[in-house]
Amino acid sequence: MTRVERHTYDVVVVGAGGAGLRAAIEAREQGLRTAVICKSLFGKAHTVMAEGGIAASMGNANPHDNWQVHFRDTMRGGKFLNHWRMAELHAKEAPDRVWELETWGALFDRTKDGRISQRNFGGHEYARLAHVGDRTGLELIRTLQQKIVSLQQEDHARCGDYEDRLRVFQECTVTRVLKDEETFRAEGGRGGRVAGVFGYVRESGRFFVIEAPAVVLATGGIGKSFKVTSNSWEYTGDGHALALLAGAPLINMEFVQFHPTGMVWPPSVKGILVTESVRGDGGVLRNSDGKRFMFDYIPDVFKEKYAQSEEEADGWYADPENHRRPPELLPRDEVARAINSEVKAGRGSPHGGVFLDVSTRLPAEEIKRRLPSMHHQFKELADVDITAEPMEVGPTCHYVMGGVDVDPDSAAATGVPGLFAAGEVAGGMHGSNRLGGNSLSDLLVFGRRAGLHAAEYAAELDDDRPRVSAEQVDTAAAEALRPFSVEGGEPGAPGVPAENPYALHQELQQTMNDLVGIIRRAGEMSEALHRLGSLRERSRSAGVEGHRQFNPGWHLAIDLRNMLLVSECVARAALERTESRGGHTRDDYPEMDRRWRKTNLVCELADRSGELAAVDPSAGQIRLSRRDMPPIRGDLLALFEKDELLKYLTDEELGT
Amino acid sequence: MSAAPAPKAADGSAAYIGRFKVWRGDADGGELKDFEVEVNEGEVVLDIIHRLQATQAHDLAVRWNCKAGKCGSCSAEINGQPRLMCMTRMSVFAPDETVTVTPMRAFPVVRDLVTDVSFNYTKAREIPSFVPPPGVGLGEYRMRQEDVGRSQEFRKCIECFLCQNTCHVVRDHEENKAAFAGPRFLMRIAELDMHPLDAAEEAGLDRKSAAQDEHGLGYCNITKCCTEVCPENIKITDNALIPLKERAVDRKYDPLVWLGNRIRRR
Repeated sequence: MTRVERHTYDVVVVGAGGAGLRAAIEAREQGLRTAVICKSLFGKAHTVMAEGGIAASMGNANPHDNWQVHFRDTMRGGKFLNHWRMAELHAKEAPDRVWELETWGALFDRTKDGRISQRNFGGHEYARLAHVGDRTGLELIRTLQQKIVSLQQEDHARCGDYEDRLRVFQECTVTRVLKDEETFRAEGGRGGRVAGVFGYVRESGRFFVIEAPAVVLATGGIGKSFKVTSNSWEYTGDGHALALLAGAPLINMEFVQFHPTGMVWPPSVKGILVTESVRGDGGVLRNSDGKRFMFDYIPDVFKEKYAQSEEEADGWYADPENHRRPPELLPRDEVARAINSEVKAGRGSPHGGVFLDVSTRLPAEEIKRRLPSMHHQFKELADVDITAEPMEVGPTCHYVMGGVDVDPDSAAATGVPGLFAAGEVAGGMHGSNRLGGNSLSDLLVFGRRAGLHAAEYAAELDDDRPRVSAEQVDTAAAEALRPFSVEGGEPGAPGVPAENPYALHQELQQTMNDLVGIIRRAGEMSEALHRLGSLRERSRSAGVEGHRQFNPGWHLAIDLRNMLLVSECVARAALERTESRGGHTRDDYPEMDRRWRKTNLVCELADRSGELAAVDPSAGQIRLSRRDMPPIRGDLLALFEKDELLKYLTDEELGT
Repeated sequence: MSAAPAPKAADGSAAYIGRFKVWRGDADGGELKDFEVEVNEGEVVLDIIHRLQATQAHDLAVRWNCKAGKCGSCSAEINGQPRLMCMTRMSVFAPDETVTVTPMRAFPVVRDLVTDVSFNYTKAREIPSFVPPPGVGLGEYRMRQEDVGRSQEFRKCIECFLCQNTCHVVRDHEENKAAFAGPRFLMRIAELDMHPLDAAEEAGLDRKSAAQDEHGLGYCNITKCCTEVCPENIKITDNALIPLKERAVDRKYDPLVWLGNRIRRR
C-alpha cells in the first residue's frame, strides 16, 4: 500500500477562493472540523482578480431595486437558461451575504449617507454592484481570509490550537475524490458515497489522503484550456474533472464566457482583464473610424431597454429615470460578439482589438480614483495612460457558465452522496451567460449553502462513516506518478523522448482558441474533437524530469488530464447545440431557438468505472445526453411581461 | 561589445536573446545558473521565467497566479531589488545586461525561486481580528468615505511580502523574527485601529499598546524601505507605522490614560 500522510475531517473544501472560503466558514461555524485545500498560497485565489464588484439589490443607489429586479436581470442575461431556483436564491440572499462581510471587517466604498456605494454594470437595471475601487475581489478574499483567521483565533483561545477545527492545507493539489469502500465495490466502481480526497503537497511532492464524508468542490473554472484568457494557471478545470471522475454529471459546458475587454497588447499580457467598470463608469467603445459601434449591435430582445443615440445614452448616467442605458452596457456576450465583428470587418485597432476610451469621458483625477488598478495596469504593462488616451481591448476567455449539476438549495452534486459544488465549478445559476458582478455574489450565496449542507450531511452520518480503500489510494498514486515513468512517444520505439507537457498544453490552448472559441462552426468543432483525441493519447506520454519537490512540469502533466476532459465536454456540447445563445455562438446556427431554451446538455464520463483507459480517440471519454429543465415557477414567470417571455419560451410553455 | 542584431519574433515584434542568471537549488544549497533566452517586445521578467520552464528547465520552481500585479505571488529579487516578476518590464534593462533573478532573501528557500513564507501566516494569526460593534445589525453599518479611506489604503495590500522581505529588522536578523510582526502586519494593526467601527477598545483591547508591546513596533526605525518596495505604492511608513507609533506613544504618556489604566486594573 502507498505510504501517504493521513488526516480525518468532517468536511473538506477543495479550493480557497470566495466560494471555498465561504463554505469553510459556514461548515466550521456549524461546529464541524473543516479542512480547506488550495493549490496556491492562502489568499491568492483567482477571486482576487475580480475587479468591478458584487451584485446585490441593497437599493442603496436606487431605492427601486429589489430581489425581483435582480432576478429578472439575471434570467435575461442568461437568456432564460438559468436554473430559476438558483437565480431566485441568489437574488434573495445576496444582500445579506454582502452586509455580513462588513461585520467581518470589509470596507466597501460608501455613499454620501454612509451606506455601501453601488455602481452600474452591464445587464443590471440599476446601479447594483458593491465595490472597492476596482479591486473588489481582493477585498472579498482578504475579508474571508481574515474571518478564517479570526475563527482560528477563537479555537486557539479555547484549546491552544489554531487548527483545531479549521485548517488550510495550502499549495496542495487534489487529484481524486475517493469513494466509500463498500458502496464503491457494490456499484461496480461507480456511484457510492464520498469518502475523502487524494492529493499531493506541491512543495514536497508527498501524497496525502484526507478522509471526510463530505467534500465541497470550489475549484473555479477552466480558462487555462484557452490561449487568450484572463484566468491564471490554477484554472485547469480540476473540480469539473474531479466531479466527472467521481461519477457526477456536468451541465451547460458549451457556455463559455468571453469577456469583451481583455488587454490585446503587448503580446505577453494579451487576455488580462480590463474591468467592465470602465464602461459602467462612462467608458465607451469605438472602432478605427472613431464610431461608437455598439448602437449597431442591440439585439431584438433588448431593443426596448437600450438607448438608440449617443445623446440618449450619455443622458442616462445622470438621469437614469428618463433615459435608456448605453449599449456598451449590454450583457457581456453581446459586447464580445460585437467587438469580434468589428475587428473582422477591418475596423479594429492597430493590435487587433477596438478602442475603449474613458479619457474623454471623465476627469483624470476621477479615473484614478475610480479605476486605480486599471490606471496602474496599463501604465506599467502597456505604457498607456488611460486618463489621456484610449485602451485597446478585445475578447478574452473569462468564465465558464457550465459546471457540476447541483441541487439548487443544497449545492449537492447529482448522483454522488457527500459531494457538493459551489461557485464557478457549479453549473446552472448563470444559464448561458453570466452578468458581471453576479459571480462574487454567487460565490457567497452558494458557498455558504454548500458549507451548510455539507456540514448537515456529515453531522447526520454519526458513526456511519465511509471508509477509504487501500486499492483506490494505490491507483490514485500510480496515476499521479505516471509522468515520471513514461516510456516514450511511440510504442516500441525506445529512446523517443517523452512528450513535453508544456508543448501539449500550448497545442490544447491553440486548438480550443481557434476551433471552439467565441464563434463556432460544426466542422471546426469536429476537428477539435479529433485533435483532442490525439492530444489525449499523446498526453499519456507526457514526461517530466527532476524530482517531486515543487516541480511545475510534473504538476502541469497531471493537470492535463483535467483540461482535456473539460475541453472535450465544451467541444462536444457546443457541437450538439444547434443554436446561438449567450456564451455559445454558432456561425452555422446564428439564431436563438426557443425549442432549445429548456434543454440542458449533460456530460458524463463514458467509462463508468471512473478509469481513464486508453480509448479510441474518435470515441472520446464523454457521453452527452439531453435533459429537460424544470418549468419556471408561476410567480417568477409573472415578474415578466408576456411579450418578453414570448421571445424566450415556446407557446406551449406559456400555455397559449 | 554591443548585443547581437535583434531577430524578429514570430509576431513580427523586435526580439533579442537575453542573458539571465537564475538561482537554482533548495534548502541544502544552490547556485546561479546561466541561461540565454529569447526576449520579446513588451515582456516582463515572469514571461522569461515561463519561457525557461517551457523550453529549458521544465522543473524550474516559481510561484505566480494573476500575472497582473493583483495577487502578490511572484515576489523575487531582480538584480538584488525586491520586485514582483510580473510587473517588472524587460524594457527597463539594456538588451546586453545580464538579469539576475534570486528568491526573496529573508525567507528560507524551498526550491529555486520559491521560499517558505510561513512566517507571514504565523504573524497574521497573532494580530487580533476586527471586533464588530455590538448591536449593529446586517445592513446597519454607516461609515463616511473620508473615514474608511485611510484603512482602505492599507487594504490594497496584496500580501506579496516584499516589505517583510526587505525590512532590515528581520532581513539580516533572524533572531528578531519572533518578536517582530513586520511592516505588513503592523500596518494591519493600523488598519484595524483606524477602522471607524472597530470595537476593540470596548472589548478591552488596546491595539496601539499591543502594537508596541507585543508586535515589535518599537523595532521599526522608519527607514521607509518597506514603502519603497511596495508594488501597490502604499505609504506604509508615513500613513500606517508613524501614526501608529505616535498614537502608541500618546497612550503611554497620556496622564488620563495612565490613570484610567490604574483604575481599571483594580
